[in-house]
Amino acid sequence: MILVWLILIPFVGGLLCWQADLWGDRAPRWIALATMLFVLVISVVLWITGDFALPGESSRHWLLEWRAPWIPRFGIEIHLAMDGLSLILVALTGFLGALAVLCSWHEIDHRVGFFHLNLLFILGGVVGVFLALDLFLFFLFWEMMLVPMYFLIALWGHSGSAGQTRIRAATRFFIYTQASGLLMLVSIIALVFVHYSNTGELSFSYDTLLGTDIPDALAPWLMLGFFIAFAVKLPVVPFHGWLPDAHAQAPTAGSVDLAGILLKTAAYGILRFALPLFPEESQAFAPVAMTLGLVGIIYGAVLACGQQDIKRLIAYTSISHMGFVLIALYSGSELAIQGAIILMVAHAFSSAGLFILSGQLYERIHTRDMRIMGGLWGRIPVIPGFTLCFVAASLGMPATANFVGEFMVLFGTFPSAPVVVVIASVGLVLAAIYSLLLMQRVHHGPEYRHGALAGPDAREYGMMLVLLVLTLVVGLYPQPLLDITLPIAGPAAELFQEAATELAHRAGEVN
Amino acid sequence: MLTLVNLVALLPLVVVGTTAVVVMLGVAWQRHHGITAWLSAAGLVLALACLPVASTALSSPPLMTMDGLAIMGSVLVLLCALVTVALSHHYLTGYIGPREEFYLLLLCAVTGALGLVASNHLATLFISLELLSMPLYGMLAYSFRAERSLEAGIKYLILSAAATAFLLFGMALIYARTGRLDLAGLVAGLATSPDVWSLAGAVLMLVGLGFKLSIVPFHLWTPDVYQGGPAPATIFLATVSKLAVFVLLLRLVMTAPAFDSDWLGTLVTVLALLTMLGGNLLALFQPNLKRLLGYSSIAHFGYLMVAIVVGGALAVETVGVYLITYLVTTLAAFGVVTQLSSPFSGEDAAGLHHYRGLFWRRPWLAAVMTVSFLSLAGIPLTAGFIGKFYVLALGVADSRWWLVGGIVAGSAIGLFYYLRVMVTLYLPEPGMRRMDATNDWGSRIGGLTLLVVAVLILILGIYPTPMIDWVAGLSTAAL
Repeated sequence: MILVWLILIPFVGGLLCWQADLWGDRAPRWIALATMLFVLVISVVLWITGDFALPGESSRHWLLEWRAPWIPRFGIEIHLAMDGLSLILVALTGFLGALAVLCSWHEIDHRVGFFHLNLLFILGGVVGVFLALDLFLFFLFWEMMLVPMYFLIALWGHSGSAGQTRIRAATRFFIYTQASGLLMLVSIIALVFVHYSNTGELSFSYDTLLGTDIPDALAPWLMLGFFIAFAVKLPVVPFHGWLPDAHAQAPTAGSVDLAGILLKTAAYGILRFALPLFPEESQAFAPVAMTLGLVGIIYGAVLACGQQDIKRLIAYTSISHMGFVLIALYSGSELAIQGAIILMVAHAFSSAGLFILSGQLYERIHTRDMRIMGGLWGRIPVIPGFTLCFVAASLGMPATANFVGEFMVLFGTFPSAPVVVVIASVGLVLAAIYSLLLMQRVHHGPEYRHGALAGPDAREYGMMLVLLVLTLVVGLYPQPLLDITLPIAGPAAELFQEAATELAHRAGEVN
Repeated sequence: MLTLVNLVALLPLVVVGTTAVVVMLGVAWQRHHGITAWLSAAGLVLALACLPVASTALSSPPLMTMDGLAIMGSVLVLLCALVTVALSHHYLTGYIGPREEFYLLLLCAVTGALGLVASNHLATLFISLELLSMPLYGMLAYSFRAERSLEAGIKYLILSAAATAFLLFGMALIYARTGRLDLAGLVAGLATSPDVWSLAGAVLMLVGLGFKLSIVPFHLWTPDVYQGGPAPATIFLATVSKLAVFVLLLRLVMTAPAFDSDWLGTLVTVLALLTMLGGNLLALFQPNLKRLLGYSSIAHFGYLMVAIVVGGALAVETVGVYLITYLVTTLAAFGVVTQLSSPFSGEDAAGLHHYRGLFWRRPWLAAVMTVSFLSLAGIPLTAGFIGKFYVLALGVADSRWWLVGGIVAGSAIGLFYYLRVMVTLYLPEPGMRRMDATNDWGSRIGGLTLLVVAVLILILGIYPTPMIDWVAGLSTAAL
């Protein structure tokens, strides 16, 4: 039942915020903050009290599980379950949700209640995605979080250069994700009907559909349906068109949520659904996916170097980082998959940090254009120092979480795909270039204007400090994360190996 | 022969017909808008109450059948008509001319729709269809002082007459081939492989019905008529009329073998694809909300035609579920338009600029609009998603990948204009206000009905099981 509450709390909180608008601007903020902290506390308590021993031989190991019939006509259930991976991501959602509320404390000054309603609905939907184990329910949450995100960008976003661009960015975001989501829905339905014609049982349950015997002609298409939906959200390069605009136009809280959590739902989806449901097809698809990942790493990094808008730059670095995650997920190595999970967490911290910092800069100098920044190091206390730390994290400096993640990804992938790893390493060099470019253009060089600007207040200082401490803690002692994710990464990698031998076996038979 | 037992099955039809007569006499005796509206609503409720009795009737009346499909159609027709009456009352309050005749026309049209969903014979089919269409001309041209309304009425009259001619010719061809007019007789007469004449007849009938359903390429009248007609008349046209005709089309396709040929199947597939893509594309940059909803309804019937292509038990269930979700959604969307245009004063509030910033002055009305547009777009947790899920499942289960691709592409295109309308509601208000709902809209019967419909969209989206069970029960009874 606690899983249901994890999802419901943000929704209830959101409605409260909307109504609390009547009592002034502060009430919704405090309610939203309390709600997200509540989610965070619940997940941390679950983490501490949970038992993450390796699963027994008998069955899959869920830390918590809850199911109830919903639409029996199609065998659809409300089936929620939590394991280590979901727990980490739910905790991350709670944490970044609280940060998103905090960082919009002064930025959002109109329609505060409605803003927090949307913000909390997004987070509720994301928690739902991480917990849903019924494919119908998963799709439902997957689509549902788009609507409030759309409003967040369209109504509170920054107008770009030409008039209505925030609405266009929001629309593009919505159409990309919704259309690709429909492909996934078609794949889900097709999978269910294949299972139905095999066994005569209509079910959308994850456990039931695992290991469905899909006709060879159909299976690659179904896998592609899932992959495209996740590839749009991750984003993988040919499907990334929505991301830079959405990030650039979104309010800070929207960017933090997008980069910190929404992108992670895609990686989670690949790991939880696309790989286990179609192991053989994924194995056969791995070279393509890895190539796409490589293209993403290089493309994102190169484009990041050429950006003038600070938020677009960070957005392109996300594409680059997610390329590493994609490579790791399709490498079939336990170490790499664990690395991908750590990299996801690390990227959530570092990109959230950078987005919050650029939001704080925007509040002070009212621009995101790096051409008219310059020399801020001498004008603002503390903030440039924090920027340097997060930039260092973003380029994968040892002692930060990003280093651990990238190192594990590359190390784990090397045995199976050495060429990919060699090329991906180029991305690390490019990462150093764009990170230092960011630092150089914004904080060093000649001062564009003179005069001191206000330093961070306690709220801003606190947010940065917590993020930085977490980045360092995970970077220096990642073992708790590794312990909790081992039961997921292990079987996923095993499944992949089995599929590989199966494919090799079949190829042998044909020859 | 019509016996007393048969009359029991016809009870809803009889009740609505009687109500129409009573209303007419009442108006002739003394005009009173409120009482007329209440009387009409009471008649419709009574007809609804009679339906359970009618469904237990042992024998069907001649020329008609009261099977599951007919029951389902009747319930939906009556409910939609009830909502229309509730919304009309407030709308017509400010109308200068005679107001009471609107209900009279509406009740006549409902009688026709009830006959249409139950008709089992080409003669009843034709008479009911005309009984449904004729009053609609009057309803659409009701505010005849407004140029557009008159235009809408006349346009619908002429094109509808042309469509009727096609329909009649098709029937004549089929009659010439088989010598029978009842559907069972047609089945027997066409048991052998269909020849050119019966195929031609089937296609002509399809054209005739396609006009009423505004299937591309027979959709040209739709935007003008939707825009011009007074909002309640447009609601009736978009819900009751389309629903009844579609149920009839489904019945024809399910029983008559002439519709079962491969060639015709391909034709219907192509029409369905054209309709779902055409409707969505035409709506893309439409600044007029009523026209936009007209195009959107074209697209939705394109999705629904997947059921006509596929056929079978699941198709009937899909039609039922999709129609219900489409109806509640359309009622809510047009309901908001009606509220903003009430009480009647000249043209309806159809331009998108009237809706700019609606959320900040009428939050609940804007919320209803948002929910209904989310449902039109098929976003989860609204009724529209369940409908879309059913259609997709039907297409996938039958491996109609072209149609599935069409639905996905159509929905993606559709999002663009649905989002455009939705975000307009939340943009900052413009300085000037032109049209607005009256302040007491929420406490009036029309406003309350609208809120109930909106809540229904959410309930059906979150917990659709009762609806699915009901429809599934009726559709298995239909076969």
